[in-house]
Amino acid sequence: MLLVVEQLLNGLQFGITLFLMSAGLTLVFGIMQVINLAHGSFYMIGAYVGATVTVYTGSFLLGIAAALPASAVCGMVVEIIVLRKLYNREHLDQVLATFGLIMFFNELTRIIWGRQPLFMDVPPWLSGNIELLPGLFYPTYRLAVIGVGILVALVLWLIFSRTRIGMQIRAGASNRDMIGALGVNIKLLYTLVFGMGTALAGLAGVMAGPILAVESGMGESILILTFVVIVIGGIGSIRGAVAGALLVGLVDTMGRAFLPALFRFLFDSATADSAAASLSSMAIYILMAAILVWKPKGLFPAHS
Amino acid sequence: MNPLFRKYVCIAAVALLLAILPIAASMLGQEYYISLFSRILIYAIAAVSLDLLLGFSGMISLGHAAFVGIGSYVVGIFFYHSAEMEPLLTHPFTVQGSENGLIVIPLAVLVSAIFALVIGALSLRTKGMHFIMITLAFAQMIYYFFVSLEKYGGDDGLSLYARSTLPGLDLGNDLQFYYLCLLLLSLFLLFTTRLVASPFGIVIRGCSNNERRINALGINAYGYKLACFVIAGAGAGLAGALLANQTEYVSPGLMHWTLSGELMVMVLLGGLGTLFGPVLGAAAFLLLEEFLAMYTEHWMLYLGPFLILVVIFAKRGLYGVLVGGGKDHG
Repeated sequence: MLLVVEQLLNGLQFGITLFLMSAGLTLVFGIMQVINLAHGSFYMIGAYVGATVTVYTGSFLLGIAAALPASAVCGMVVEIIVLRKLYNREHLDQVLATFGLIMFFNELTRIIWGRQPLFMDVPPWLSGNIELLPGLFYPTYRLAVIGVGILVALVLWLIFSRTRIGMQIRAGASNRDMIGALGVNIKLLYTLVFGMGTALAGLAGVMAGPILAVESGMGESILILTFVVIVIGGIGSIRGAVAGALLVGLVDTMGRAFLPALFRFLFDSATADSAAASLSSMAIYILMAAILVWKPKGLFPAHS
Repeated sequence: MNPLFRKYVCIAAVALLLAILPIAASMLGQEYYISLFSRILIYAIAAVSLDLLLGFSGMISLGHAAFVGIGSYVVGIFFYHSAEMEPLLTHPFTVQGSENGLIVIPLAVLVSAIFALVIGALSLRTKGMHFIMITLAFAQMIYYFFVSLEKYGGDDGLSLYARSTLPGLDLGNDLQFYYLCLLLLSLFLLFTTRLVASPFGIVIRGCSNNERRINALGINAYGYKLACFVIAGAGAGLAGALLANQTEYVSPGLMHWTLSGELMVMVLLGGLGTLFGPVLGAAAFLLLEEFLAMYTEHWMLYLGPFLILVVIFAKRGLYGVLVGGGKDHG
């Protein structure tokens, strides 16, 4: 039972990381109608900058403080130089150009930081465990990640539903020509939204740093999961991103944790292990295919 | 110059170049180029098949490498069972492994086509961005399936100890293998050019322009698009079967999504919707990779921005440069 709770928390923590990635990307999809494969690159930039600053200054908070503007600025520069030229192009052009961006950023990090992965330590004040229930110890750092994710979700919700800029962003998502005609500086709005999205990706990257290895190409594996989240949730919908991220996080973690045991019930151990291994790594893709067959526009489509 | 004439001159020149290349290479003692160009021809088949989707039917698949991988694994798995003298299936009927190219290559095409049928039938329920991502997701699903398939090497893949056998040919001979690839590429190009000019091709191009109108004409767009997706998948499977033979090695890396991306790059570099263009694109991409890698280990740093410039400025790729910008399709 405690194991189930622990794995649920792990799933939640993974889901929150995915949410931080998807929130930015789904806005870019929904508002600008742009496919950005390079979103994972900003996650990587956040992780690298955060890890480097943390090592130099010894402070994890300074690492986060440096990673956020670094990925936001990189994002905005990329938006101004490359993506602006692609807003009116076909999806295929956007896919190819951002594929080129991935190549560029992966190689650039290899030149700057080398091929060896960097490892970040959990800051001392977040290391250790907290006893959540009698007998259930859970790493403080992971709890902190969950807390930050919930905080970000709340702040995003406040921005979108309570502020003027949030209103403009929502209006841009439903009809961008109209909001331009009403005198809103659409170009600036797009750049800001893009920068906000990449800053969130950078935050996800730097927080994943102490859990995963920081290496070139780390953005791609999470990028594809982020796509799965967005497609499940519905493109352009923050609510969908929350639901999709939690669903994917939980299904992936629970599948990896419990499928082998479940399969050992049913088959002999050799078959069970290999079947469980392949099924658990395919589980979220099966989930996505099933949801798309049932609801081709995702669970919470933004433009319905 | 008459653009049609210019087109035929260019195609004839490329064909002639490809036909005499191995002879020239062996005379100059540069046998390495024969295997490099075999690889180019094989990637060209995959790129041409992807052009059917990207350039003609407007289906942007980011999972095309999956079918290349499936084709190569069919060859690999049959070879493995033949070498181990172990039947591939015992239940409900016995299937033995095989090294016979007349069996495994058509089978690779068939299995890829079946996978394309299933994946296409589900994916085509979605459109636009969703389609891009669902094809990517299916490719990842298959990638992880093969990564966790311990029996066939998992992550490390399978080594083949020889190429497939064909009556009257020795595929182990690089020269003969090269000409087989050239022959198959030519046949595939002939087939696809006839296909896109046929009534089927007209409907397919209509779907990419305005699917609603095609449906209003009483034509079932879904069926046509699915058929096109299956044909493209089969073409990729053929490329995969040849690639397994060329490298004598199969691994899940072949279905990694970066290969899907690279195939897209080849199509775009050569010229979208031109069929002959992707052949040039495959050659340009692989040669550029080879050439840049000689000078710098960080060739991707230059290739990435170059690609962005091509996307933004050169719409019809190399084919457009050689043949001219006029649209001769659709």
